[in-house]
Amino acid sequence: MQLAVWTYEGPPHVGAMRVATAMKDVHYVLHAPQGDTYADLLFTMIERRDRRPPVTYTTFQARDLGTDTAELFRDAAKSAYDRFRPAAMLVGASCTAELIQDDPGGLAEALALPCPVVPLELPSYQRKEHWGAAETFYRLVRHLCAPATAGAPDAPLRPSPEHKRANILGPCALGFRHRDDLAEITQLLTRLGIGVNVVAPLGATPVDIARLPEADFNIVLYPEIGEEAARWLEKTHGMPAVRTVPIGVGATAEFVEQVAALAGVDPRAVLDDAGTRLPWWSRSVDSTYLTAKRVFIFGDATHAVAAARVAQDELGFEVCGLGCYNREFARELRAAAALYGVEPLITDDHLEVELAIQAAQPELVLGTQMERHIAKRLRIPCAVISAPVHVQDFPARHSPQMGFEGANVLFDSWVHPLVMGLEEHLLTMFRDDPEFSDNAGASHLHTSPLAGRGTAHGAVEGGVRTGEEGVDSLLHHRSAAARVPAGGEELWAPDAEAELRKIPFFVRGKARRNTEAFAAARGLARIDLATLYDAKAHYGR
Amino acid sequence: MSAAAPERLRPASLPQVRRERGQREVFCGLTGIVWLHRKMPDAFFLVVGSRTCAHLLQSAAGVMIFAEPRFATAIIEERDLAGLADLDAELDRVVTRLLDRRPEIRTLFLVGSCPSEVIKLDLPRAARRLQDARPGSRILSYSGSGIETTFTEGEDACLAALVPQAPTGDVSSLLIVGALPDIVEDQFERLFAELGIGPVRFFPGRSATDLPPIGPGTRFLLAQPFLGETARVLEARGAERLEAPFPFGAEGTTAWVRAAARAFGVDEMHLRQVVAPYRERAKRALERHRARLEGKTIFFMPDSQLEVPLARFLSAELGMVPVEVCTPFLHTRHLAEELALLPAGTPVTEGQDVEAQLDRVRTARPDLTVCGLGLANPLEAEGLTTKWAIELVFTPIHGFDQAGDLAELFARPLRRRDVLRV
Repeated sequence: MQLAVWTYEGPPHVGAMRVATAMKDVHYVLHAPQGDTYADLLFTMIERRDRRPPVTYTTFQARDLGTDTAELFRDAAKSAYDRFRPAAMLVGASCTAELIQDDPGGLAEALALPCPVVPLELPSYQRKEHWGAAETFYRLVRHLCAPATAGAPDAPLRPSPEHKRANILGPCALGFRHRDDLAEITQLLTRLGIGVNVVAPLGATPVDIARLPEADFNIVLYPEIGEEAARWLEKTHGMPAVRTVPIGVGATAEFVEQVAALAGVDPRAVLDDAGTRLPWWSRSVDSTYLTAKRVFIFGDATHAVAAARVAQDELGFEVCGLGCYNREFARELRAAAALYGVEPLITDDHLEVELAIQAAQPELVLGTQMERHIAKRLRIPCAVISAPVHVQDFPARHSPQMGFEGANVLFDSWVHPLVMGLEEHLLTMFRDDPEFSDNAGASHLHTSPLAGRGTAHGAVEGGVRTGEEGVDSLLHHRSAAARVPAGGEELWAPDAEAELRKIPFFVRGKARRNTEAFAAARGLARIDLATLYDAKAHYGR
Repeated sequence: MSAAAPERLRPASLPQVRRERGQREVFCGLTGIVWLHRKMPDAFFLVVGSRTCAHLLQSAAGVMIFAEPRFATAIIEERDLAGLADLDAELDRVVTRLLDRRPEIRTLFLVGSCPSEVIKLDLPRAARRLQDARPGSRILSYSGSGIETTFTEGEDACLAALVPQAPTGDVSSLLIVGALPDIVEDQFERLFAELGIGPVRFFPGRSATDLPPIGPGTRFLLAQPFLGETARVLEARGAERLEAPFPFGAEGTTAWVRAAARAFGVDEMHLRQVVAPYRERAKRALERHRARLEGKTIFFMPDSQLEVPLARFLSAELGMVPVEVCTPFLHTRHLAEELALLPAGTPVTEGQDVEAQLDRVRTARPDLTVCGLGLANPLEAEGLTTKWAIELVFTPIHGFDQAGDLAELFARPLRRRDVLRV
């Protein structure tokens, strides 16, 4: 039994719904009680979809349990087929129906519906949403793709058009910027002279799925959803796959080269005219202040690993924490963490993530919507880089993460939350002017001036506001005594305290924490001016 | 301007009720936790369920903003089901950890879910066991499972579980039953004080531990139409339900207050005197929305059981035309007054077959469709104007001073439809 306050991923049948909803002409009959229909609103509200997910729920009730829930399922499947006439049907159970073991797959097969029926076994008490999406997509591909013809997998029979064609695997409903990434990558391929055979699951019909083997190779854009299917197509149909995720300038260039190599086209024209401003924006002098900004990164493994590379190589940040919530990709994340010399954080407990962020004391957090909330509480700038999605992650404008335009978007959305280079100098220069008091805060952070900031307590600066629901963690309840260090008033000598207040507010909290940690490590009972500057020298970089 | 207006409106026959079965598109009772935990700040709600339950709660409530909400899910895992872990021991471990961390929690509700009901996890017994181990806290249980409860029935189950905890003692009070926003509670409290009715107690109040005494002599008014089980256990304890329409709109609230006034021997003239300014103010507030709502057709999809009283309010006080009123469950006794006040011939449907109902919506093409969040945007995309039903349980809508706000909730989508030029 696991205590959960908030979860990064839904149950696996929600993953299956994401695949079904992304596709066309597919219907999902889900053996589930009425409450499970809440999942529809994820699509209609968060993603603002203009139609209901293609899902029929059996909505069995307690009184049905004593009679025949299997009959309910049969009726639901039959009437769903009659009403929607899908080209393929998915059948399965949610967590509750899994317990009553009605075997939706077997029941649907016995109905002999005039369309392919793909049974899904999604163990709700072991697995989660991304796994469910990947498994569903894989089952669909396996079921709908014709078995390889003679000679396969070495020499699959495909039409050989003038130019080569690729499938794009992984874009899905409720994906983080999938819509815009897809537009970006499709355009890149077009410029390279590579055709897109099928995009799946997003927008694909069952007929399209059957055509997957007609492409020359696959592009796995979102491994969390597309990798299982890509591996099967590789094994069964001999289709090579490009697995570089084109997030950031470097990764996109590599992606272009790999794709071009597989298609036998020349990538130079595209690479020479990439249209990305990131490299120059990053080299321009205003960006000097970005150097070695400590950044904490958490999200799904693919986005987190890609973000770490961009952060270090393309923005000159220092990765001070890296983690993901999907254990299925723990290996990839561990490898990346080793690269940046940080401890990998693999957890789906947001409270643990909050603690890790507090301990790492980053200057920027790149995370999910949950980390955005954590960062807001800790008063650390933050940008969102990964699902789970929020209505804000479906902007009206084009806002990709992938490709060269995606790199431009990353620069803007990660740098804007920070205090800008010139602004940083101005803040220091004018901070004693009455019109420009510390209490005014930075205008772009949208936080109200905090009255407590100038007080002697470290509560606000320490990043832990007192009061209000939402500050304390369920499992790590901090007592009032822990918030204000015992004898905090006496710990700081008045002159050291006064000196501390001359430090710009946005680094003052960190200076306070560092100095206190420095003093504690040396067993000093009092912090004076010398301690403050000793600590500064100790932590200075 | 007679305060006896509702009697005059009473039609000859009750509406025909159609019963429908099929696919449902409604929340389960767990959703009630979203407003109940805010009403009772000293209570914690621990759902014993699956990842789906946790996902539902965060999706329905958008709870990400709280790092430490007063609800959580104890997620049953494979090892619990396979018998590798003892479920009772696991639950004890989770609860102990939780209460040790949150000593301010006075009342813990163990909330049953679909999976916990199906595996027949005995939560009442678990609650008793945990209660014995922790005499300092009150540990209760109820089921919010979707196989037994629909949306607002979760509140009914929770309150019904709370009733046996109420003390005896001075039970002569007027009890207002159903979670109300604090501001509405205060308004009613002032109003009943002016009328000289008292003591007035609210159930649930602002604390899960400070419960009103209940027993023979207690008279109660339901503030919500979905409290069938709560009313039953209150009556079993000897309390008496005062029959009344629900306090929506100027007329509804007047009739509701009158029921209490009569029971407490308040003179009709005094009642009219006290109520008149509130009633007038409510009518003025309603008048602003009448032009936009009068004559407009409205279709209620089943959601919160508020459908019948709201249809009555919209038709009687704003001239809207209910083309069909669907409700997940129809408590005919509690809604007798409401049903009688609906325009004659209004089709009322109990239960749901969502596809069939949507077909009827498409045929009727009402000016406004009240529906759940899963259906709203798809219907808008078909050119139909909708009102999210969930807002009706999250927003203060009861009483005289909310009558205008309630009307505005229905007027806003129509107004928006009219102003947009894109």
